[in-house]
Amino acid sequence: MNRRSMLLAASAIALLPAMQARAQSGELVLYCSVGEEWCRVMSEAFSRETGINVLMTRASSGETYAKIKAEEGQPRGDVWWGGTGDPHLQAAQEGLTEEYRSPVLAELQDWAVRQAETSGFRTVGIYAGALGFGYNSELVDDPAPACWADLLDPRFADDVQVANPNSSGTSYTMLATMVQLMGEDEAFDYLTQLHNNISQYTQSGSAPIRAAATGETAIGIVFQHDAVAQTVQGAPIVTVAPCEGTGYEVGSMSIIAGGPNPDNARIWYDWALSPAAQELGASAASYQVPSNVNAATPPEAPRLEDVRLIDYDFATYGSSETRTRLLARWDAEIGSLPQ
Amino acid sequence: MTTTRTIDRASLGWLGLLVVSTVGLPWYATGGIGASALTLGLSDRPWLLPVAGLTFSLAALALIARDWRRHALLLPLVIAALAALLLQAFGIGLNGPVLPALGTLFPTAASGQTGLGLGGFLAGLALLGLLSDGLAARGFCRGERFASACVIIIVALLTLFVFFPILKLGAAAFTDETGALALGRFVERITAPNLWGLACFTSSQSCGVVINTLQLGILSATFATALGLALALLVARTDFRFKRALRALSILPIITPPFVVGVAIIVLFGRSGMLTQFGAELFDVRPGRWVYGLTGILMAQVLAFTPVTFLVLLGTLEAINPTLEEASKTLGARPLKTFSTVTWPLLRPGIAAAFLLAFIESLADFGNPIVLGGGYDVLSTKIFFAVVGARYDLGNAATLAMILLGLTLVAFWAQIRWLGRSNYVTVTGKSDAGLVAPMPPMLKFAAIAAVLPFAAFTIAVYSIVLLGGFVTDIGRLDLTPTFGHIWTAFSFELGTEGLRLYGSAWDSMITTLWVSALSAPLTMAIGILTAWLVARQDFAGRRAFEFGTMLSFAIPGTVVGVSYVAAFNVPPVDITGTMIILVISFVFRNMPVGMRAGMAALAQIDRSMEEASQTMGAGGAKTLRNVVLPLIRPAIFTALVYSFVTAMTAVSAVIFLVSARHNMATAYIMGRVENGEYALAIAYSAVLMVVMVACVALIQLLVGKRQLGRRTGMTGATAAQPAE
Repeated sequence: MNRRSMLLAASAIALLPAMQARAQSGELVLYCSVGEEWCRVMSEAFSRETGINVLMTRASSGETYAKIKAEEGQPRGDVWWGGTGDPHLQAAQEGLTEEYRSPVLAELQDWAVRQAETSGFRTVGIYAGALGFGYNSELVDDPAPACWADLLDPRFADDVQVANPNSSGTSYTMLATMVQLMGEDEAFDYLTQLHNNISQYTQSGSAPIRAAATGETAIGIVFQHDAVAQTVQGAPIVTVAPCEGTGYEVGSMSIIAGGPNPDNARIWYDWALSPAAQELGASAASYQVPSNVNAATPPEAPRLEDVRLIDYDFATYGSSETRTRLLARWDAEIGSLPQ
Repeated sequence: MTTTRTIDRASLGWLGLLVVSTVGLPWYATGGIGASALTLGLSDRPWLLPVAGLTFSLAALALIARDWRRHALLLPLVIAALAALLLQAFGIGLNGPVLPALGTLFPTAASGQTGLGLGGFLAGLALLGLLSDGLAARGFCRGERFASACVIIIVALLTLFVFFPILKLGAAAFTDETGALALGRFVERITAPNLWGLACFTSSQSCGVVINTLQLGILSATFATALGLALALLVARTDFRFKRALRALSILPIITPPFVVGVAIIVLFGRSGMLTQFGAELFDVRPGRWVYGLTGILMAQVLAFTPVTFLVLLGTLEAINPTLEEASKTLGARPLKTFSTVTWPLLRPGIAAAFLLAFIESLADFGNPIVLGGGYDVLSTKIFFAVVGARYDLGNAATLAMILLGLTLVAFWAQIRWLGRSNYVTVTGKSDAGLVAPMPPMLKFAAIAAVLPFAAFTIAVYSIVLLGGFVTDIGRLDLTPTFGHIWTAFSFELGTEGLRLYGSAWDSMITTLWVSALSAPLTMAIGILTAWLVARQDFAGRRAFEFGTMLSFAIPGTVVGVSYVAAFNVPPVDITGTMIILVISFVFRNMPVGMRAGMAALAQIDRSMEEASQTMGAGGAKTLRNVVLPLIRPAIFTALVYSFVTAMTAVSAVIFLVSARHNMATAYIMGRVENGEYALAIAYSAVLMVVMVACVALIQLLVGKRQLGRRTGMTGATAAQPAE
């Protein structure tokens, strides 16, 4: 390479920053933490209705939280829509998201409003999903499991999967649910016994039900709507709402503080809470329960009325201290057990 | 004298660039053509004046002093200008001064400044050029100006795009949640029992994550190197009938997007996998889940890394001067003796390079452990979940990243120790017309025995990949043929308005191609240039320079992603959310591969040819272009292909760097895999692979093959295959 071409190459590198694109008005940068399909359906519908161009990035809620935190100095996103509530609450606690009281708030279910109140109106519930498990009906004989206690049955040895709570919000919800349902020491007793039946602690929260759908395992502990989605896709999965009662997640939405298009962010926020927008989930094979009381719950969705829901304490179990303590205890007592 | 005049012209070139970029070009990324450092400095941004002032002093020096390159004032002025530039760029942030002293000095700094633009970057480049000139005039790089400029600019780029983000992140390892210095926390993190436990060797408990990572890395590198060697020997040294097929087959894993191999292995060997079910019925045993964990990851990694080791070893093998082997044969040595005393010792640098590459790739691999890992934790996934998991813990991620970095550096140290100071030169420019030695038969059979299962396994995996994209649901063995998945991803319409692309994957596909096409030549250029500098130039700090270049490769992608966002989201280098940040991350991540390939190739080429070129009056740049580059074409090819393909298939760094405008194919695939849409992921991957094959073929066409002017002749009974 001669001097001239080196100079050319070097100036090309230097030139690049000048070409960068910047957000303009009439745009909305959306960080979406549900399935790709649902994200897409939502962005397209919003663009059609408002003429605002949606630039959507899909990533899991953990990834999105990390991204928003890394971008704190100069936020690039406007709205963070979807994903389990805990990281939204954490972002709210750290002031990464902005307070906003939508006029639509009055139309929302109690649990959605409670989520907003807990965070000082920096986030809001957009859907709910109860925890449960799904089993593969080709691999599980009668009597089918119906309760948490049934999962301890030795006939399911090496046949139950759940995610590692260190890596998955779903699995942390299960840990917190058990502690609230049984008391902390009893919950760890239960998990220790369950460990004998666990074949694998997966990394991703919804991986267990995918494994059950393809017959890699018999039972996967997941959110019920994830299990239902597998059934709708044709897998021999039966969804179970455990008889002892169970916890739930509140999928949330937050406006990112200092984002480039704050006005459009509010337009999205109000729109995303409207019944019409919330009913779009079912068309993307997502069967969560919408938070607007006027939105129709998809017929496939597990009905929250039929599930014994515990009074999940999001403030306590979403807090950093409780979370760190429970996860450390899980590492020490469950994670270290021989496989 | 003619030489001094050209030198002066080049120095004046740097100076001219400096003047133009401070006076004429927009200093900030958002500014217009008139908004230069000078005009802005004179209006309301006086902190830009020192840079402009020093520029004029340099210009004045060039006008007044006769031999201004050697003038005592040159280096102080250049260094002062660089310092002024950096101080203002890092000292005044987006929302006001970062350093309070600057705030009191310049009240208007309270309104802050945006990222550097064309003017700012070019001024920096010009100053670096002048610095290298001044240093060369004082004997740096033995006065070789081209080498000096390369060293200085590469060091500057490494500092900005490797050390700066690492330091920014590394700080997190030593601080607690509030950002205060906490050495105790670091000690606590680094001595955590789940890192170093050795229980797996004595009981059924699992080992610490560091031990797991090492175990996996060593096993995977050993198998991959052995297989790569077997493949290379078969292809280069025998008349094995399926050479071409082997070559083609071994390229496949390189161009495979992440997750796909993992998914295919599950479809084949999972508990409900095709082969498992078949085996279970045959032997009447309960189907097991053995594939999740070390075994599965190892299978996927050996499959994935063997091609890399194969390419490195093939390059080495082809460069071995056949006269040596011929001499051994003439002296009466049997083939096995020739192999063990001549060929094998000459292969050592290649084997070390191959092993090292595979080992490091294994340490950094993320896609396979995450799909197949089961309960088997390795550092790369652990780091990922420390950042994105249920408990955001950047400090822990940074600590683990440093351990990973340490492991990699130890690997380099071991390589240097093992290779020692031996001489591996075989391309000398002197007569090297010899016949390659035939392989000892025993070795040939061993190689074939090793390669055949590998080939069968590869074919099985890729049949699944090919099949999976075109049937309804491979995971549940619903084999109804369909084009639905491809259509979802790549639908288009040819209407009155021309071609309209509707498929959901077009955007990411086009971005991916752009990023790969931009980053591959840059990666290759910087990598080969660095190899040449390290192997052929003498300059102060060469060892440190070599070490520094390897750092970026050693850092896991997740960490690169997060640290890049943290470092480049705010001025002065404000490139988060652009395509440039993707290109740059790939260039500096993959550059060490080009460099290693280049160094292995250079180690075999005698300096005498370059010295001859220099004796005849050619400068460093000319010798590099006319003598060295043609001789190391295989290394250039390896570097180009590797960087192109990695840019198309890398995932862990990309997750954090993609934006809505610039999404990458792998991020799209990962989203689909997370959602359980295996068929769509596989279909997209199949399309990506076809595109990559086309691109690799194009690269091969462009780079061509090294011509060493050796005899071709009879090896054994049949004529040798003509070179491809």
